Amino acid sequence: MSKIPPELKYTSSHEWLKELPDGNVEVGISDHAQEALGDLVFVELPEIGRQLAAGEACAVVESVKAASDIYAPVAGTVTAVNEQLTRTPELVNRDPYGGGWMMRLKPATPATAAALLSAADYQAVADEG
Amino acid sequence: MGRHTCLYDLHLALGARMVDFNGWDMPVAYGSQIDEHHAVRRAAGVFDISHMCVVDLSGARTRELLAGLLANDVGRLSIAGRALYSCMLNDHAGVIDDLIAYYLAEDYFRLVVNAGTRDKDMAWIGAHAERLDVKLLERRDLAMLAVQGPQARERCATLLNSEAACGAMALKPFFGAQLGEWFIARTGYTGEDGFEIMLPAGEAGSVWQRLNAAGVRSCGLGARDTLRLEAGLNLYGNDMDEQTQPFESGLGWTVAFEPPGRDFIGRAALEQIRAHGSERKQVGLVLDERAVLRSHQRVLVEGGGEGEVTSGTFSPMLGRSIGLARVPAATADAVQVEVRGRLLPARVVQPPFVRHGRVLIAT
Repeated sequence: MSKIPPELKYTSSHEWLKELPDGNVEVGISDHAQEALGDLVFVELPEIGRQLAAGEACAVVESVKAASDIYAPVAGTVTAVNEQLTRTPELVNRDPYGGGWMMRLKPATPATAAALLSAADYQAVADEG
Repeated sequence: MGRHTCLYDLHLALGARMVDFNGWDMPVAYGSQIDEHHAVRRAAGVFDISHMCVVDLSGARTRELLAGLLANDVGRLSIAGRALYSCMLNDHAGVIDDLIAYYLAEDYFRLVVNAGTRDKDMAWIGAHAERLDVKLLERRDLAMLAVQGPQARERCATLLNSEAACGAMALKPFFGAQLGEWFIARTGYTGEDGFEIMLPAGEAGSVWQRLNAAGVRSCGLGARDTLRLEAGLNLYGNDMDEQTQPFESGLGWTVAFEPPGRDFIGRAALEQIRAHGSERKQVGLVLDERAVLRSHQRVLVEGGGEGEVTSGTFSPMLGRSIGLARVPAATADAVQVEVRGRLLPARVVQPPFVRHGRVLIAT
């Protein structure tokens, strides 16, 4: 069974979003997604300062098996990326909600996270495969 | 739901992620497939390959049958237990399957063919066997385990009685022997030393667990694919099929034109191709960019011409992507591959990439 922390928000394309105290949000991929992809070997992250529309493809994770796009869960500006993933992409497999975070965004408008899935709703998406 | 090998429940109990492979539900990995890969390169791993099809052929004219069906020459098999890797071709020299034939006795050979080609192989072989009064017996009563890695043989030997252990350890590469209830062959698909063991299906689960207890890691089809690709070994359906012939699939070395009188199926077509020269060839590719080669990606050759990646993956040993590709015969040492909309330079190399734990390609 893959882990779905209740305090996070999710997308149907398997990203998670954490609201940080400073008003920014942190983004990664779910445990279910890393498990389905298998061992990651490359992670390509966006440039800091890039402005993203909600749903825009902004990163790529590549596993032994397949490449997969990562989509921005909300509109916003990239404020930080997890540089460690360049050398140790397996952090996403080992710790998808912690050390495997991918990027931080400053949301374009507050409260955009309302359109995202709750953990319970995401559970249903994950169960479908 | 797909077919299950006799080890299906054990795979689930061991936490395997299952995938469909040619209609079989098979373990792709039990955890990290890269860790499984390294376990085989450094120590030992065990794979369930019971989905593969074991067929015993018996009858006085079995050798004659195989001399006509196989592009490699069973006439080379003079010592009992000797194995031969061969393509089985159609009249146009298209590859129906690749297989291993074991010579067990003059009237008794064993074939191991691919799971995905089982039906057409049985029909093809069966049609030719009838005329020569050779009997086919599919051995679904047997499970097959591949135990591979530098420590694989020693660890297998600890499971055997002393007589069988001696027999197994004495096997030369590409030989097999019936040792008690087990048929043990020093063959594999990883580029490492090891055994492939055919044993009664009912024993397979306990043997697997005893191998685990002896330090042999459970490995799935994911690691099997990265290992075989590093070893430069073809996968049927990816790297060759009925639309391609051995010379353009890196399999020319398996075709025996000697003796000239052996009239195997596909020979006439192959002689034509040999006379004109094959228009395409198989090469190995190494990608130094941070991306991964995948089958069906387009290969652009300097000076014109195009090819295609037939198998691609990430090589855990090289830390970068490798692949096999079919390209125009004139292709030199550099090409470009279209990877997710970008043209990336790739180096053309001669496989294998890795053998016996050592990287053979400059990185």
